[in-house]
Amino acid sequence: MSSQITPVFKREFLGYFRSPVAYVFLIVFLVASVGLAFFIGGFFRGNQASLESFFVFHPWLYLFLIPAAAMRLWAEEKRGGTVELLFTLPLTTRDAVLGKFFAAWLFLVLGLALTVPMAATVGWLGDPDWGVIVSGYLGSALLAGASLAVCILLSALTKNQVIAFVLGVLALLVLVFLGWSVFNQLLASFLPVAAVDFIANLGFIPHFDALAKGIIDPRDLAYFGSVIALALALNIAALER
Amino acid sequence: MIEVKGLVKTYGTKRAVDGVSFTVRPGDILGFLGPNGAGKSTTMKMITGFIRPDAGTATVAGIDVAQDPVAVKAKIGYLPESAPAYGEMTVVEFLRFIAEVRGFRAKAAREERVERAIARTHLDPVRRQTIETLSKGYKQRVGFAQALLHEPPCLVLDEPTDGLDPNQKNEVRSLIKTMAQDRAVILSTHILEEVEAICTRIILISQGKVVVDETPAAFRARKPGARLDEIFRSLTKGDI
Repeated sequence: MSSQITPVFKREFLGYFRSPVAYVFLIVFLVASVGLAFFIGGFFRGNQASLESFFVFHPWLYLFLIPAAAMRLWAEEKRGGTVELLFTLPLTTRDAVLGKFFAAWLFLVLGLALTVPMAATVGWLGDPDWGVIVSGYLGSALLAGASLAVCILLSALTKNQVIAFVLGVLALLVLVFLGWSVFNQLLASFLPVAAVDFIANLGFIPHFDALAKGIIDPRDLAYFGSVIALALALNIAALER
Repeated sequence: MIEVKGLVKTYGTKRAVDGVSFTVRPGDILGFLGPNGAGKSTTMKMITGFIRPDAGTATVAGIDVAQDPVAVKAKIGYLPESAPAYGEMTVVEFLRFIAEVRGFRAKAAREERVERAIARTHLDPVRRQTIETLSKGYKQRVGFAQALLHEPPCLVLDEPTDGLDPNQKNEVRSLIKTMAQDRAVILSTHILEEVEAICTRIILISQGKVVVDETPAAFRARKPGARLDEIFRSLTKGDI
């Protein structure tokens, strides 16, 4: 890891807390993720010592929250002209992209970490399988990372944050829909099963669901890793264009 | 120190920079003149490695920007037009960030650099203010502080006195003069007295081409008795 990533990472991560945006984001994330689990997912009514009803909403929650967290990352630099400052400092495009990505990812993981009281509640009320909970958190963190990488790439294509947000929501919508069971059933009515499986595997949900259920399959980890790596590589290419 | 050969940059069908060549030696303060849109900023962006030329080369201290952009960027202090900076950071936070990217990681070295840059550009009264709350003059000084921080052998300044009041302009000029000893400086401007006051050489660029490369005295001698902006106008007629 090049040492030039560190200053960019530090500036970007602390940057979230220099404006009220970070606190608004964290509060919305907590209220929405916990609220969905309680009121829609039947977290209490289900009477099960698990966080399944909490994690199941994450792909849908991230659909809006992650474009909101990522939209400013490049669009703001382009609008404000600081992109010229950044790229005339002695660092490579790769350093800048990685620094920003890891800073934003850590910020999202921090939001996720603030939901640990949910897990603690489950542990206090019942006897959950902690392995499944840890695997669920891993899955959610990877899902956040993959969504984020896609949204940062889209932020690099425009100097308008609103456009970056809308493009981000659309791209994530496609990635979520591809693997959504309802959509897959629709496809199965006119496509062969193998084709539907292939399409579903391109989407987020099958890979995330496995992790949320406690199945840590290297192929799912590789899927999220590949999405992140591909999006970041395209990001570098888009900026060096 | 800075050597530019046959730089070309085309945007769409417009050739913004069309075969610009010149050399800047240590101790030189090169005044880059020309009407708006003549290609001054584009040329500077190619020297500093922000945009890639379509043809030609720019070398700084013997290093080709296209070959090793990071090494060239380490040798240049660059003040982009209108001095962009991260508005939500305070002056000190911003300069610390610059110092860290410039390789001053140890706290003592970093603080020393930041303090020296603040003292040099008289930023002490606003050091704890966020940059977005600063006046234009202070913002410009932050841009300067950032460009000088690592004591680079080359300075590239895009309209360093634009939007400043006469006192601030004067101060910036004397700062540039003190900085220029044994450094190569390029500054762009369209204020002609400024060129006469501090520059050791003039390059006039019009429609992407160098039309004049001489000393301010020679430039003035082109039309004895005429005002500088008359000479400027007669040389850049095609740009209108």
